[in-house]
Amino acid sequence: MAVALFVTCLVDTLFPACGQATVRLLERLGVEVDFPAKQTCCGQMHLNSGYAPEAAGLAARLAAAFADAEAVVTPSASCAAMVRESYPRLAERIPDRGAAAAMAALPARTYELTEFLVDVLGVEDVGAYYPHRVTYHPSCHGLRGLRVGDRPLRLLRRVRGLELVELGDAEQCCGFGGTFAVKNADTSAAMLTDKATAVLATGAQVCTALDSSCLMHIGGGLRRARSGVDVVHLAEILAATDAHPVPSR
Amino acid sequence: MTDARPFPAAARESLADSQLRHNLAVATTTIRARRAAVVGEVADWEGLRRRGAAVKAYSLEHLDELLEQLEASVTATGGVVHWAADAAAARRIVTGLVAATGAEEVLKVKSLTTDEIDLNAGLAAAGVAALETDLAELVVQLAGDRPSHIVVPAIHKNRAEIRDLFARTIGPADLTDSPAELAAAARAFLRRRFLAGGVTISGANFAAAESGAICVVESEGNGRMCLTLASTLITVMGIEKVVPRLTDLAALLALLPRSATGERLNPYTSLWTGVHPGDGPQSFHLVLLDNGRSRVLADRVGRDALRCIRCAACLNVCPVYERAGGGAYGTTYPGPIGAILEPQRDSLERRGSLPFASSLCGACAEVCPVGIDIPRLLVHLRGAEVDRKRGRPLEGRTERTAMAILARAFSGRRRYEAAQRLGRGGDRLARARGAALRDALMGPWTRSRELPVAPDQTFREWWRERAGEDDRGRS
Repeated sequence: MAVALFVTCLVDTLFPACGQATVRLLERLGVEVDFPAKQTCCGQMHLNSGYAPEAAGLAARLAAAFADAEAVVTPSASCAAMVRESYPRLAERIPDRGAAAAMAALPARTYELTEFLVDVLGVEDVGAYYPHRVTYHPSCHGLRGLRVGDRPLRLLRRVRGLELVELGDAEQCCGFGGTFAVKNADTSAAMLTDKATAVLATGAQVCTALDSSCLMHIGGGLRRARSGVDVVHLAEILAATDAHPVPSR
Repeated sequence: MTDARPFPAAARESLADSQLRHNLAVATTTIRARRAAVVGEVADWEGLRRRGAAVKAYSLEHLDELLEQLEASVTATGGVVHWAADAAAARRIVTGLVAATGAEEVLKVKSLTTDEIDLNAGLAAAGVAALETDLAELVVQLAGDRPSHIVVPAIHKNRAEIRDLFARTIGPADLTDSPAELAAAARAFLRRRFLAGGVTISGANFAAAESGAICVVESEGNGRMCLTLASTLITVMGIEKVVPRLTDLAALLALLPRSATGERLNPYTSLWTGVHPGDGPQSFHLVLLDNGRSRVLADRVGRDALRCIRCAACLNVCPVYERAGGGAYGTTYPGPIGAILEPQRDSLERRGSLPFASSLCGACAEVCPVGIDIPRLLVHLRGAEVDRKRGRPLEGRTERTAMAILARAFSGRRRYEAAQRLGRGGDRLARARGAALRDALMGPWTRSRELPVAPDQTFREWWRERAGEDDRGRS
């Protein structure tokens, strides 16, 4: 099976380890991975900040980059939700019929990583080894946008050596919300404090999630508090094996 | 009455109020759990939601016909209908009606609509004292405060604060903070006023166009007292509250109490039709209020906000509301519903910061009993606010420029890769030159979080290196 990796601009630019782990994991499971280099950003930041015309242009660009892909896999629930929820509507803003059709057709072929593993490949035990105490934060766009449900937990439970501990008030947003974190920095910080407190209460060494954006936020708070707790994307945990553990940072 | 400060400034202040934070966290957590429990009992909650949403959507599509039908039914059953285009017109109508009775005091049934038009101040200016009879509204009124929640107006106050307030104002000085004693103090103060049987002013939860029946939903029975013992009843109702028939209330009255207070059945649901000789108010006036609602209705996406049945479930699950509190919104309707309704009903000029007061976490849309896609409307209104400023070169220019630069950087592979290299260089420079430059650029972030460190290699650089050829994937 061949898939095209939609790595997201955030992972590409700031968190390449997540993208690398996604590639290693998929290849280990026998999937052929391509990376269409034309891809940039899905347009979510522009759309959610009120810049819909600009977002539509970026969406058309991304859809064109993946026009030939049989399946598109992304290590981001948030960007997958953007494609699934907003691309059909944004397509109405694009005058070029072919480009609009490509945008409207992308959602059906786009999978968030855990959806692809569990639903398409039908695997839960990906052969990972990660001997740490881990807690899982269900990011809003995975939980309520894509409704990934317990797929991430089913994958984590099969990781050898991993001790999974439940996060309190897990369904509460971490307070990131894109430009919300800057425009409403005080309210965002209040939400982050509660999330970080819940993470620390688990006694976990690592907090994981489906989104590098949420992890950037939670991790930014945990590091500012000098908590010693790390944030690691789920793809990195699933990619880790005896032979290739997650590189420490 | 309302506060026009932008949300971030008002929230900064309320976030620092530890009593408010504690009260809100306890109260919203309790209501959330109660709601979840009773919603979970309903076999087909989603089906019920769809029915509720369909009734409201149909009513909005046929609002013009339904309102005229309502006017005819109310008139035919002995009521008098008045049309108010805005708050000033509504105040003028109501104060005129009260003046005609000669009353110097009127009783209020809990009503957001009368808060929206600032009716109490209008009555006071005409020499009429309006007394709030809903327990929590009375608390807010006695404290000279503003309601901070749609269903639980005094949610920001705890028992001890209410004890102090009552002891100072209406109750015996030796009052304790036991709920029974507090309720008894309020009862002693209110009951003789109910029995005087003068003028009552209420809002309305629903109105059935076919029969002219008006419905008010409340928990204490104080509303029922006012509605039945008054000689004159004046109801101020937003035009979006009309539905076709009484039977349409079946779904809405099943959805509302479970969503609002976590009750299976609403304790006091009052329904009346016109005037009945010898029974209840002998004079009934219905004031139909527009006050910006027609403008909301004109927006095909934004109009969904008018479906709201004021259950406040979206407030109780909202992480922003839970922390900043209702006061930070500065509007009659706070929380997620206020953030989509008020910028439309009032204006973007005054309420343009509200659609941005959300992390778009989606918790509100999950609980809305009439299926309003609140995050979608928030994004829609953010677009409207950005578009409004696009026409004003001096407003929001920094953000507009940044977004234009980013859109340009994302618009081609080479530009994007150049921007990545530039960003990495900037990150290195900021780190080398210390915190000052970084904080100047990213202050709102770095005040409470560390920034990520730009990696030595982007993902795509790694991919190319791994592929061993520079041009792989180029198209």
